[in-house]
Amino acid sequence: MSGTAHVDDHAQDDHGHHHKETFVTKYIFSQDHKMIAKQYLITGVLVMGFIGIAMSLLFRMQLAWPGESFPIFEALLGKWAPSGVMDADVYLALVTMHGTIMVFFVLTAGLSGTFSNLLIPLQIGARDMASGFLNMVSYWMFFVSSVIMVISLFVEAGPAAAGWTIYPPLSALPMAQPGSGMGMTLWLVSMAIFIASSLLGSLNYIVTVINLRTKGMSMTRLPLSIWAFFVTAIIGVISFPVLLAAALLLIMDRSFGTSFFLSDIFIQGEVLHYQGGSPVLYEHLFWFLGHPEVYIVLLPALGITSEVMSTNARKPIFGYRAMVASILAIAFLSTIVWGHHMFISGMNPFLGSVFTFTTLLIAIPSAVKAFNYITTLWKGNLQLNPAMLFSIGLVSTFITGGLTGIILGDSTLDINVHDTYFVIAHFHLVMGISALYGLFAGVYHWFPKMFEGKLLNKNLGYVHFWVTAICAYGVFFPMHFVGMAGVPRRYYENTAFPMFDELADIQVLMTVFAIIAGAAQLVFVANFLYSVFYGKVGPKNPWKSNTLEWTAEQKHVHGNWAGDIPEVHRWAYDYSKVDDNGEYIIPGQDFVPQNIPLQEGEEEMNH
Amino acid sequence: MTTFLTLAVLVLVAIAIWQLTKIFELSQLKTAKHQIATNSDNKNNGYMLFGFLIFIYGITIFSFWKYSKFLLPEAGSAHGAEYDDLMLVSMIIIFIVQTITQGLLHYFGYKYSGKEGQKALFYADNDRLEFIWTIIPVIVLAGLILWGLYTWTNIMDVNDEDDPLIVELYAQQFNWTARYGGADNVLGGANVRMIDIDKANVLGLDEGDTYAHDDVIVKELHLPIGRKVNFKMRSQDVLHSAFMPHFRAQMNCVPGMITEFSFTPIYTTEEMRANPDVVAKVKRTNIIRAEKSVSTGEVLDPWKFDYILLCNKICGKSHYNMQMKIIVETEEEYNEWMKGQSTFAETVMQDDASPAFNTLDSASVEE
Repeated sequence: MSGTAHVDDHAQDDHGHHHKETFVTKYIFSQDHKMIAKQYLITGVLVMGFIGIAMSLLFRMQLAWPGESFPIFEALLGKWAPSGVMDADVYLALVTMHGTIMVFFVLTAGLSGTFSNLLIPLQIGARDMASGFLNMVSYWMFFVSSVIMVISLFVEAGPAAAGWTIYPPLSALPMAQPGSGMGMTLWLVSMAIFIASSLLGSLNYIVTVINLRTKGMSMTRLPLSIWAFFVTAIIGVISFPVLLAAALLLIMDRSFGTSFFLSDIFIQGEVLHYQGGSPVLYEHLFWFLGHPEVYIVLLPALGITSEVMSTNARKPIFGYRAMVASILAIAFLSTIVWGHHMFISGMNPFLGSVFTFTTLLIAIPSAVKAFNYITTLWKGNLQLNPAMLFSIGLVSTFITGGLTGIILGDSTLDINVHDTYFVIAHFHLVMGISALYGLFAGVYHWFPKMFEGKLLNKNLGYVHFWVTAICAYGVFFPMHFVGMAGVPRRYYENTAFPMFDELADIQVLMTVFAIIAGAAQLVFVANFLYSVFYGKVGPKNPWKSNTLEWTAEQKHVHGNWAGDIPEVHRWAYDYSKVDDNGEYIIPGQDFVPQNIPLQEGEEEMNH
Repeated sequence: MTTFLTLAVLVLVAIAIWQLTKIFELSQLKTAKHQIATNSDNKNNGYMLFGFLIFIYGITIFSFWKYSKFLLPEAGSAHGAEYDDLMLVSMIIIFIVQTITQGLLHYFGYKYSGKEGQKALFYADNDRLEFIWTIIPVIVLAGLILWGLYTWTNIMDVNDEDDPLIVELYAQQFNWTARYGGADNVLGGANVRMIDIDKANVLGLDEGDTYAHDDVIVKELHLPIGRKVNFKMRSQDVLHSAFMPHFRAQMNCVPGMITEFSFTPIYTTEEMRANPDVVAKVKRTNIIRAEKSVSTGEVLDPWKFDYILLCNKICGKSHYNMQMKIIVETEEEYNEWMKGQSTFAETVMQDDASPAFNTLDSASVEE
């Protein structure tokens, strides 16, 4: 615990310096984890999330009403929508940037960046991150990469348009499509900086969880949210460098004439010099990150859900050990399943068999998690706050989306649904919508921690949840059928194939639901902004939660706790625990926070 | 249908606006109170969760009732039936699990919604329960894995048994070309470095390779029924994917390497056109096309069913329209058609002026 002691001293030093904080050190170049969390939330979720979702609505309109003219296209896309009709190149650009922004900027940086930063120090009882400075650098690198990515939307020939997976040769050859010029260069530069930012953040999270836990906070007493953030950070450190390698090699192929991923290419009337490279190699490198990335997105959401669900069910999370084991199993398996994205890429079919095996294995810990969530609800006293509803919604979409993974993970069945709308429906439900629900659950639940006790308006929260929940299924449930009818993804329009004519109505239905869902997010934004400025301050521990962050000061202080940091005496899930007479451990209170010592005659749950 | 949709949307929007205004009013009144769920919030949202369960079941039933006729018809290839069986069994398992778990999740959400004074059960662990729901997925998945791997190994075993027809599928931005091995059923050597646009040697065949001389290059794929076809895929520029959904067949085309897929067509195009599902689909589609022709003024020809090859890997601007027609016919029809095609030696190597491949026109004349 020497680390704790050190931070203690530091915090005491700090108290004397408080008056020295300027606007710049407090709001801009802040090294305080709570401020950095808010910076991530605003940049990653509100700004980038808005751009990403708006893009999806634009291309959904094109899909529903192909070739029709909309004034909004002309207003937003300018020269790429001559007289309001969307151009096929910009359609691909929108699809690409939507994927990139949502997966990396919103659901990786926005989700992990916000909640790992906010909750790790607060829930383990630390004054701040292990390195506040690196944490600040991590945020600012993320900010720079966001700015570059946004700038790439405005270059002459358009942003990257080769799909968010940017498979070469399409992404490597500027003559293959306009988006593979400056737009792609900026994409790669932005992502390289993003990866560096993500690594700095992840290393910080890992070190903090290992070294700065307060007295009594053993690994087996960690809240599941921290377990999830911790393991997520580990997967990030293992897999993101591989994407950096892929990006660097691609930059070399593009700019310096190397042939890592390119070979035997004849394009626009001439043979290119590339020889001996393989696009399949790129696919391996990309998906070595790309698949763990799915869990980098999802695990924090599941961690948040565990915490929110247990608190609001007034029950311990069911099967704590199994939940931790599942997180670890998912993390391990996630690094050896990447090949299921490549069953028909031309790699050896035997490899396909191996990846089918590992992929279907990952369904087991996922199933355990889902069952444990359901059992946590059983015989609870569910406080249906918006955060709780989003958590229940997450379990619902996680199951619906996860089950179709059994089809896609099976190399045989993948043959005919690969790259169709079936895949789109699957991953949007299981990682897109689920992770967003986890994110929203977190924002509703920990808003008071971020904004000094203010609470979000619950009724607007209910509207937000119910409209989103219905529309999410409305968009993605029928989409499975479109995929099974054989419609490929990334098609600008489906009118070139009469066999898809009768699916046009479903496209309209999905787009209408998507637009309503998009509008519902504005309710959230309005609620968020209103509550930041005019929200009512609630009780110090509004959800009657056990974890340490609710023992910290409502008013933000550097170092989190004005006095000593709390000592931990129990796990985080003593909700509704009763003694032999059936009375609550603390009379009249159905929860026992982690910093309360064991009461007389009480037995600790051994985990 | 469109009217129905529009109405449904209008109703939804109206409900949303009504709810919003109501909630704004409520929130105006209650600003003094805190924003934590009360007894009545729990009760109302409990009912909503139950309603949501009905919605999930409802949209499932609705989708199956309205949309299952849109799914691909019976497979046109020998391995397709096995694929479809595995898909059906997986789907049945998925729907059983989906119905039960969603039912429990939302029912518990409704049943145990919070009430003042209700005591939750402190229930942290049950090894037996957890063992049960670990072992059941293990067994079910083991079955699916074994079945899947067995089928996969069979499908992906591209070999030369049973005298397969050798066909090259050649992809480029944004069209497909097919090449037959000709009389010797052997594809001549080829590489993009030998492409000669001036001589119209667009596939880069090696003129010095005698196996290449009798190769037949076409823009419309004809396959004889009942004979195994081994496809060799090539791409000259970016990644493409040869997707033949009616045959449950797909393989990426990768520049710099030759990829393979193999299947045996079992129904001719004519037989497929007589399939009741296909007949119904064509009828529905042609009604839609006729209506669209009237409403837009742009004349859409009635559609006749054909097997089709689509590009299914993002490849650039016209990715959405990169297709080739596939015709499965009897052995005799196929031989007849093949007789009408000229070989590589007859086109490129003889006469510089004519294109290396048989043009679509001559192909459709044969048809």
